[in-house]
Amino acid sequence: MKLLTLGRDIVCKQAVELVTDYLEGTLSRRDTRHLEAHLRACDGCDEYLRQVSTTIKVLGSVQPEDLDPETRQGLLDLYRQFRDD
Amino acid sequence: MIASVRLASNAFRRETVERSEVGCSGMARQVTGHAGCPHRFVPARRETQIGRSTYAAGVSDDDLVRRLRSGDESAFEEAVNTYHSSMVRLAQSFVPSRAVAEEVAQETWLAVLKGIDSFEGRSSLRTWIFRILANRARSTGAREQRTTPVDLSDEATVDARRFDAGGAWSDPPAHWPDEVVERLSAGPLVAQVRAIVARLPEGQRAVVTLRDLDGLSSKEACDVLEISEANQRVLLHRGRSRIRAFLEDELAKR
Repeated sequence: MKLLTLGRDIVCKQAVELVTDYLEGTLSRRDTRHLEAHLRACDGCDEYLRQVSTTIKVLGSVQPEDLDPETRQGLLDLYRQFRDD
Repeated sequence: MIASVRLASNAFRRETVERSEVGCSGMARQVTGHAGCPHRFVPARRETQIGRSTYAAGVSDDDLVRRLRSGDESAFEEAVNTYHSSMVRLAQSFVPSRAVAEEVAQETWLAVLKGIDSFEGRSSLRTWIFRILANRARSTGAREQRTTPVDLSDEATVDARRFDAGGAWSDPPAHWPDEVVERLSAGPLVAQVRAIVARLPEGQRAVVTLRDLDGLSSKEACDVLEISEANQRVLLHRGRSRIRAFLEDELAKR
């Protein structure tokens, strides 16, 4: 999501586009410096980064649905059929 | 711009292997750099980069693979208990219904049983199984013609109207109190988040599911979906941005 070449003074609209690259550790050193300088000075973008991290945490609490006993039994039957063929 | 979000079959690039390892250490470097300012948010590495993982992936792969090869039924049952629900969830990114996703997962198990002797252990067992599943789910989804072109012109990370002409916030995000997030995470919000993830375009849904719900690394997600790391990051960025915006709206209501 990199926007062209970033100047030293990046604006909020650019900063929010860099958040994923920043968290992934794929932002260049130069852009990382510029983004961190912006974050230190900007409450809105600091909060934005915090919210993205919270979002990731909430996503991490979404469990897959439980495996129901019928499905498990069906798969075991499939296994036995495969093994016996 | 109209573009299809259907995942292109970009060949998996070997160099992404090393790249994702760099990603973790790069993160550590940034966290350290950022920690210099005590009032600022410091991302917790395990929560952001790694996410939650329900499996001890790789730890017992060798043993499980050996037992699967020898025809040990309890090994198959163990693999099903560990992976099946996540497989169905991932398949749903590409196919129109839960029932079809179950069928795809079932076909995948047969392919796993037939192919386990040729599994070389170059990826984890989970990644190998998920890749078989994703390939099948994609081709099944294509046959069922679920894929529709998605208009990407509104894919801004944040609604452009929230910035002024100079690109600074005119409507900055309001603070999310930790205790509110904690409380909601335990309750109905999670069900809502699950539903919102299900409404993401399929590429975003698959990447967010693998990265943030299942806790795979970027390298593993690229390997499963056969996409480039750059493409994976774009999809992750857009998917997370949408979920954040949803949470912002929900928290503003409470």
